[in-house]
Amino acid sequence: MAAPLTLLLIVAVTIRAVLFRSSLAELISERVEVVSPLNAWKRVVEGLALLDLGVSPYSGDVFHETPLMIYLFHFTVDYAEIVFMVSPYFVDCLSCLLASLDRAKIAIGSNNLKSDLLFNFPGCLRHIISFSTCGLNNAIIALFIFCTLKGSALLSGILLALATYQSIYPLTLFAPALLFFLQRLYIPVNLRRSSFWCFTLQYAFIYVGSLVVITGLSFFLLGSWDFIPSVYGFIFSVPDLTPNIGLFWYFFAEMFEHFRLFFICVFQINVFFYTIPLSIKLKEHPVFLIFMQIAIISIFKSYPTVGDVALYMAFLPAWSHLYRFLRNIFLVSCVLLACSALFPVLWHLWIYAGSANSNFYYAITLLFNFGQILLVSDYFYAYLRREHHLTHGLYLKKKDGTEATLVLK
Amino acid sequence: MAAHRCGLSLVFILILSSLACPSSCDALEKANENTGEKQSVSDTPREVNTDGSIAAEDLNERQWQSTDVEADRSDGTKDSESFTAAARDQFQEELVIRPLHSGDIYASFQFRTLWDTDFLQERQKVSHYRLFPKSLGQVLSKFSVRELHISFTQGFWRTMQWGQPFIPSPPGAELWVWFHDTVSDVDGNWKELTNVLSGIFCASLNFIDLTNTVQPSASFKPLGLGNATDHRFLRYATLPREIVCTENLTPWKKLLPCGSKAGLSVLLKSEKLFHSSFHSQAVHIRPVCQDEQCTSKAWELRQTLNVVFDLYTSGQGKKEWSLFKMFSRTLTEACPLATSSKVYVDITDNPEGELFELSPATPLLSQAVVLGDRRTYSVFDLTRAEMFGQLRSLNLLLRWKGDSGDMLRPLLHAERYVAGFGLQTGEIHTVIYNNHPYRAFPVLLMDSVPWYLQLYIHTLTVTSKSRDNKPSYIHYQPAKDRHRPHLLEMLIQLPPHSMTEVTVQFERALLKWTEYTPDPNHGFYVGSSVVSALVPSMVAMNTNFTQDQPLFSSFVPVKEESSYFVRVYTEPLLVNLPTPDFSMPYNVICLTCTVVAVGYGSFYNLLTRTFQVDEPSLPLAKRLANLIRRIRGVPLLA
Repeated sequence: MAAPLTLLLIVAVTIRAVLFRSSLAELISERVEVVSPLNAWKRVVEGLALLDLGVSPYSGDVFHETPLMIYLFHFTVDYAEIVFMVSPYFVDCLSCLLASLDRAKIAIGSNNLKSDLLFNFPGCLRHIISFSTCGLNNAIIALFIFCTLKGSALLSGILLALATYQSIYPLTLFAPALLFFLQRLYIPVNLRRSSFWCFTLQYAFIYVGSLVVITGLSFFLLGSWDFIPSVYGFIFSVPDLTPNIGLFWYFFAEMFEHFRLFFICVFQINVFFYTIPLSIKLKEHPVFLIFMQIAIISIFKSYPTVGDVALYMAFLPAWSHLYRFLRNIFLVSCVLLACSALFPVLWHLWIYAGSANSNFYYAITLLFNFGQILLVSDYFYAYLRREHHLTHGLYLKKKDGTEATLVLK
Repeated sequence: MAAHRCGLSLVFILILSSLACPSSCDALEKANENTGEKQSVSDTPREVNTDGSIAAEDLNERQWQSTDVEADRSDGTKDSESFTAAARDQFQEELVIRPLHSGDIYASFQFRTLWDTDFLQERQKVSHYRLFPKSLGQVLSKFSVRELHISFTQGFWRTMQWGQPFIPSPPGAELWVWFHDTVSDVDGNWKELTNVLSGIFCASLNFIDLTNTVQPSASFKPLGLGNATDHRFLRYATLPREIVCTENLTPWKKLLPCGSKAGLSVLLKSEKLFHSSFHSQAVHIRPVCQDEQCTSKAWELRQTLNVVFDLYTSGQGKKEWSLFKMFSRTLTEACPLATSSKVYVDITDNPEGELFELSPATPLLSQAVVLGDRRTYSVFDLTRAEMFGQLRSLNLLLRWKGDSGDMLRPLLHAERYVAGFGLQTGEIHTVIYNNHPYRAFPVLLMDSVPWYLQLYIHTLTVTSKSRDNKPSYIHYQPAKDRHRPHLLEMLIQLPPHSMTEVTVQFERALLKWTEYTPDPNHGFYVGSSVVSALVPSMVAMNTNFTQDQPLFSSFVPVKEESSYFVRVYTEPLLVNLPTPDFSMPYNVICLTCTVVAVGYGSFYNLLTRTFQVDEPSLPLAKRLANLIRRIRGVPLLA
C-alpha cells in the first residue's frame, strides 16, 4: 500500500511542478472559471502593492481576502508558488484518507486516489495550477475534515473557525462536525440529555471563541473593521458581476433593481437553508453530511470556482460503493465533461471573437450547475437507497414473491 | 393715435429708468467715450511708431488716463460707495489670431470681467451687479466657491500640429472647483453646484456625481489668490462624452456685458464656430489682485473661446482667410463697456512680410512672452474709431505668399491609447514626450479612471529610454464599485529628449443591465489624463504683474522666470465592456430560478420521502369485484 502511494505522490508532485513552470500556468491563472474576485492571486498581489503604497487594501474594491491572508502573503510572497503547490495535497490526502476510512477498502485506497485524479481531471488540473487562494481555503477545509475524522474537537473547531473566517459559507459544516463527534463519543442526539448539551456547548465555545480571536486578531493587525464589509459584505451582496461558473452573476446583471435585495436574500438563504433538514435526515452519517454540505456550498455560493467543485469531487472516490445505485451517472459525467470543454470555447467566442454573446456562456453555466445538482442529488439518492438495502436486504421481494421495485414515497 | 401714446410712454419709461440707475451702464459708456476721444487725440502723433515698447507705453498711458477720468468723475458727483465700486468694475475683450503651421487658423477670444467686491467676507450679502453676471455671482456666494473653472470642448487639440493652446481643455466638459475652507459639506455643495451650472450652461453637468469626481492632491492648484493646499476642498470632474453645441454657446454669450450685440462677440456666430476642427469655450472665475500691491481684491471672470478653423481644405487649397470668411461677420465697434478691446495677430514667423500679407496694415506692434516664447503681434485697437476706416467695418485679411516652415516641436507632448484585445483585460499606455534637447523636468500625471475598469496598480510601469523610471511621488486612490473612480497621480522626472511610457493593466467589469448607456456597444469614455508641468523656458518669463499685459499671456500666474506652466490633456479613451443581453431579463430570471428550483425539488423529494417497496394497486375491475364481495361477505380477491 505504502509504496504505490508514495510513487503516486511523487508522480503527482512532478506533474504539478512541471505545470507550474510551464506557460500554461499563466494562461490558466486568469481564467474566470478558475479565479473569482474573491481569490484571484492577481488581486492578492494588488493588495500587497496597495499595502506597500500605504493605502489600505480595503479602501478599494479589488482586494477581498481576509487580513490574516494578506499578512500571511506579506511574509511569504516569495514562496507563494510552493504554498500553492503544496496546498492541493491536503485535498488529495483527504480523499485518500476518506477512501481508507473503511477498513475493508484499504486495499483499493490508492486506486481511489488514482481514480480521483482521473475523475475530476479537467477541473482539478486547472484548479491545481490556478494560483488562486481557493487552494488554501480548500486546504483549511480538508485539514478541518482530517482533524474531525481523527477526533480532535479542539483542532477541528479552530480550523472550522478559520474556514468560516475565510469565506463565511463553511459555517454550515458546524452541524456535521458536531454530529460526528457526538457519534464518536456515543452521545445520543437527544435534546433532553445534559451530556448532549454539555458537548454541544463545549464545541460551540471552541468554534465561536476561535472565530472571535481570529477576527479580533485581524482587527488589531489592520487597525480597522474595514475588512468586514469588504470581505463578507462583498460575499453577501454580490456587487461584482464578473462571469464565473455560478448562478449569481448573470442573474443579478439582468435583475430588476427593486427585486435585487429580495433575490439576493433568497439565493443566499439557499446555501444555509438545507443544513437543518439534511442534518435531521443524515444524523447517523455525518461524513456524508459533510460531503453534501460542501457540494451545496460550491453550487450555490456567490463566487464559485472550479476549485470548490474539485473539493467535493475529491470525496467521490470515498463513495465508490454507491456507484451501483447511481441512476444517471453517465449522463451527468457527460454533461460535466462537455461543460468543462465548452466553458473556454464559449468564453472565447463571447469575449475575444465577438461572435457569440453572453447568453452562450450563461447557458453553459446553467447546464453545468444543473449537472452538479443532478450529480449531488443522485449521490444522495444512492446513499439513502443503500441504507435502505442495508436494513432490508439487497434483493427485495413483494408479498407474492416476485421481484419488487423500490420507490420514494 | 395708439402709436403716439406708445411712443410717449416709451419716452416716459426711458426717463424713469435713467433716473433710477444713473450709476450703471450709460454713465460708464460716457466715461468710455470720453477716454476714447481723449486717447485718440493723444495717440495720433504716435501712430508712426512701430516699436512694441512704445506701443506698450502708450497703452499704459491710456490706462492711466482712463482711471484718472473715473476718479475725476467720482469726485465730482459726490455719490455713494457703490458708485466707486461700480467705477472699478472693469471689462476687457481680446481676440488673438494665430496662423498655424498646418495651414489652420487658431482664434482665441478672451473676455475678462473684474468685479470689485470683498469676497473674503463670506457672509456679506451682495446684491449689486454691474458688469458681472448675476447668475454666476449668486452661485459663487451661495456655494462658497473660491475658484471655478469650467470648459466645454468639441474636438481634440492636436499639440503636435498646432503647438500649445493659450488655455488648454480636454474634450468634453471639465469642471474643477475650489471651495472655501469654511464649507462643511463639500460633497453636498458640489452636487448642488453641478446641478445649478448644468442649468446655467444647458449642459449635462448634472451627470457629475461621486462616481466621476476626484480630489487631485497636486495637479490642480488654485490659479487665483490664496494658497489653499487642502485638496479636500477641491473637486474635479470630466464628462468626456459631452457634446458641445449651440445651446451651450448661447448661455455663455449671455454672460458677456455686451451679449452678442457689440464688440468682439458679434463674431460668435454658432454656425461658423461649430463648423471647425476644434471648439472650446470656458469660464474661469477666480479671486485676483486689483493692482500690483494687491491692496484690493476682485473677482475675475474670464470667458475664453478657442476655435481652430480649417480654411486650407475648405478654401479649395487657397490659404487665405479673413474675419468675414471665418465668422461671416466683420467688426464694426468695440463693446462700449470695455476698457480695452483689441485684436492681436501673431506675426512672429513673418517679420518681413515674406510669408503672408496682412491687411489693413497696422503700425502697432506688441511683444509678449507667452508659453516660454517671445511672440510678436500686430495690434488692432478697436476703441479707436479710425481702425474701422471709411467702411465703418474692420475685416482683417491675410493672404499667404509662401509656404510656412516647419513648426518647432512642442517641448511637452502626451498621448494615450488602450492596448490589448478581447473584453476581459487591457492595458492603458500613456506616452509623454520631453522634446527639450538638454533639460530634464518633472511632470505631474493625473489619471482618473472609472470604477468599471479595475486598475491593477502593481502592474504600473514607468519606462523612459527603455529603463525603469520610478516616480518620486505616487498618490493612488483605488475605486469603490459604484461610488468613486480610481485616481492616480504621479510625479515623473522626464529625461531630456526622451519618451516616457506609463502603462497600467486593467480588468473590465460586467455591469448591471441598467448601468449601461443607451448605446453600450459604442463603448465607455475614459477622461483625458492630465499632464501638468513647469517647462523650462527659452526666454525669461515676465514675473511682474502689470495691468497692460495682453489677457492671453496673463492667465497662469508666473512664479519664476526660468519656467512656465503647461497643462497637456491626452486623448480620452473609448473602452468596450462586455455586455449582457439586454432583451432577456425575464428569460434569465426564469431559467436561473428553474435550475435553483430543480435543486430544491430534488433535495426536498429525497429529504421528505422514504423508500418503500412498490406494491402495484389492483386493476379497477378487481377492485369493483372486491367491493361487491365485501358486501356479500365472500373472501376478497388477491
